[in-house]
Amino acid sequence: MKIRAQFAMVFNLDKCIGCHTCSVTCKNVWTNRKGVEYAWFNNVESKPGIGYPRDWENQKKWNGGWIVEMGKLKLRSGSRTSRLANIFLNPDLPEVDDYYEPFTFDYGHLQKAPLSEAAPTARPISQITGERMEKIHWGPNWEDDLAGEFSKRSQDQNFKDIEKSIYKAFENTFHMYLPRICNHCLNPACIAACPSGSIYKREEDGIVLVDQDKCRGWRMCISSCPYKKVFYNWESGKAEKCIGCYPRVESGMPTVCSESCVGRIRSNGIMLYDADKIEALASVKNEQDIYDAHLSIFLDPNDPKVIAEAREQGIPDNWIKAAQESPIYKMAVEWQIAFPMHPEFRTLPMVWYVPPLSPVQSQIDQGNLPTAPDGCLPISTALRMPLKYLANLLTAGKVEPVMKALNRMIAMRSYQRSIHVDGKPDTRALDAVGMTEQQAQDMYQLIAIANYEDRFVIPTSQAELNIEDFHGFQGQNGFGFGNAASAGSQGWSLFPERRKQTVENLDPPVEAAE
Amino acid sequence: MLDKFLFGAYPYLALAIFLIGSWVRFDHEQYSWKADSTQFLSKSGMRLASNFFHIGILAIFFGHAVGLLTPHSVFLSLGVSDMSHQWMAIIAGSVFGGMALIGGLILWLRRMFNPRVKAAGRGRDLFILTWIMLTLLLGLSTIPVSLSHAEHGDAGAMLALAEWVQSMIYFRPDPSLLAGVSPVYKMHITAALTMFLFFPFTRLVHIWSAPIGYLGRAYQIVREKKRTA
Repeated sequence: MKIRAQFAMVFNLDKCIGCHTCSVTCKNVWTNRKGVEYAWFNNVESKPGIGYPRDWENQKKWNGGWIVEMGKLKLRSGSRTSRLANIFLNPDLPEVDDYYEPFTFDYGHLQKAPLSEAAPTARPISQITGERMEKIHWGPNWEDDLAGEFSKRSQDQNFKDIEKSIYKAFENTFHMYLPRICNHCLNPACIAACPSGSIYKREEDGIVLVDQDKCRGWRMCISSCPYKKVFYNWESGKAEKCIGCYPRVESGMPTVCSESCVGRIRSNGIMLYDADKIEALASVKNEQDIYDAHLSIFLDPNDPKVIAEAREQGIPDNWIKAAQESPIYKMAVEWQIAFPMHPEFRTLPMVWYVPPLSPVQSQIDQGNLPTAPDGCLPISTALRMPLKYLANLLTAGKVEPVMKALNRMIAMRSYQRSIHVDGKPDTRALDAVGMTEQQAQDMYQLIAIANYEDRFVIPTSQAELNIEDFHGFQGQNGFGFGNAASAGSQGWSLFPERRKQTVENLDPPVEAAE
Repeated sequence: MLDKFLFGAYPYLALAIFLIGSWVRFDHEQYSWKADSTQFLSKSGMRLASNFFHIGILAIFFGHAVGLLTPHSVFLSLGVSDMSHQWMAIIAGSVFGGMALIGGLILWLRRMFNPRVKAAGRGRDLFILTWIMLTLLLGLSTIPVSLSHAEHGDAGAMLALAEWVQSMIYFRPDPSLLAGVSPVYKMHITAALTMFLFFPFTRLVHIWSAPIGYLGRAYQIVREKKRTA
């Protein structure tokens, strides 16, 4: 048994209001640079929809993730040899237009336009060429709140095995938000596909990073990530991805997207798992069994044997304690109300999702729909959103686990309603789904009240255990050919510019050529 | 005099800059060490262009290496006569040179006229591609000369070129070996040596990083931070 700790997250879709605060804070912190204007480490999709980049879930098109062939795990994009054979041109690589052509607006014109009868307008300008764009055809969130035609949105892969035409009718429309970031998978396809070996998983917290110095820009990771969460910086020629806000996480703070979430839908915590089981569990034959397999990789942080072994293997005590208090463990393992997205990609993702309830309250009020015993709350089979759709998203199409989760969330509400409305606890709903009163109380605390300290249980990194000997850094940045010590040095260099500068460029707004 | 410099000293200068420059850059500027692909900005036509260009160039490189560096006696002992050697070189050179020419031309046009590639690319990218194409064209224009040699059953130029290359390798430079060969060959050699001289200052350095090691690597990579000693 090889015990590893993983920094993991749960997104409670039941509470996501689609405000995009997570996306905007993330963009402002990490991707407001040339070359990655089009890249959103965090984005929020409206579902049903084809998403960002277009149709990312369609692995027949992109060949992302893993498949099992004759019992062996293999990248869908082919063997190592075939990847090298395609190195001059990756046939599966998305183009920038599959995301969108990044644009800004000619704001300068608003200030400089001569007097005219019509108000001046700020026209769109491509951030790649600097030329005027006649029309913007697609953006990072073109389908927001079900914008566009049903025929296009319904290309969504999660409609698999669903008679989707009935959801075209206005009365039957359904909608949910899906915030997405890098899943910091246990079995990442991006690492496996990288010819130069520049992508790696951190042993201490499982965050997946790209070594920018080692990346050679072969761009196999971009297409191999089934979630399309590794991006090609077309300016620097390197791969970039969500870094799990590791500088924050190391000091015990939640990621920027989690911290800024106004709906308090995001939880951050630690999970202990057995790394020796990764390959076997990722290669179980039946797609619908992968969710259960993934669940079985986690270790019970309260089990004395696990604690002893974790200590033995050098996991710090504050990490074990954090794992015991982990909100992720509660939602994913104890209550089983959270699920990994698209387990069938076999990467064992570590951002899990609580499915949304979608009660049709007006119909319940009019008595047109069946309800729970309390007569007020919906039942999981009479929600607006088809269970099969959620199951296609979260459990490779297996409806039962999703239904059980929704039932548990409804039961918690039913129990709380009995306390707050009727004044006496009614545990019938809890009994039906096999939950105790204590569990219902805890669930209420974590997902309804969602206090900061409950959502974010993040141990600080143990800097003293790091291999980096800081005394050894002394004298490293003195005289030399390179400029390793500076972040924004503009000095002349014999070699092509590094383009690593993060110092903000304070150019005036771009103007289109008149 | 010029010949003495170009074919006696210049090769050493170019190769020294090629090797030491690559090493210094790898040591100090790894962030700039990359393939710098623009496929992401515009994919159309790239499948043919990029594959033709790369496969053509690599085949030509290894063809030159084998053809010029193998001692004459080895060829003879393998039963390869000078004439069949020359014909193989002409045919392989035409085929792979033609491939590289077609691919390179598309890439060059793309770099000149595709607005996105033009905006994202650097001057050096266009420059080095143009230089490679120039070298390639010079190389291809040696073919008619070689053909006329071959038709007359004269392998002298080829043997002189190989002997000159080997004299350089053994550090016994003898520029006079090239006295009799056509100026086209000399121009091609000079352009190619200059390409090596430019090499460390351009994106060509990605060739050093051909990821052969990937074939034998485990899929997953985990980096430990903990003190191991």
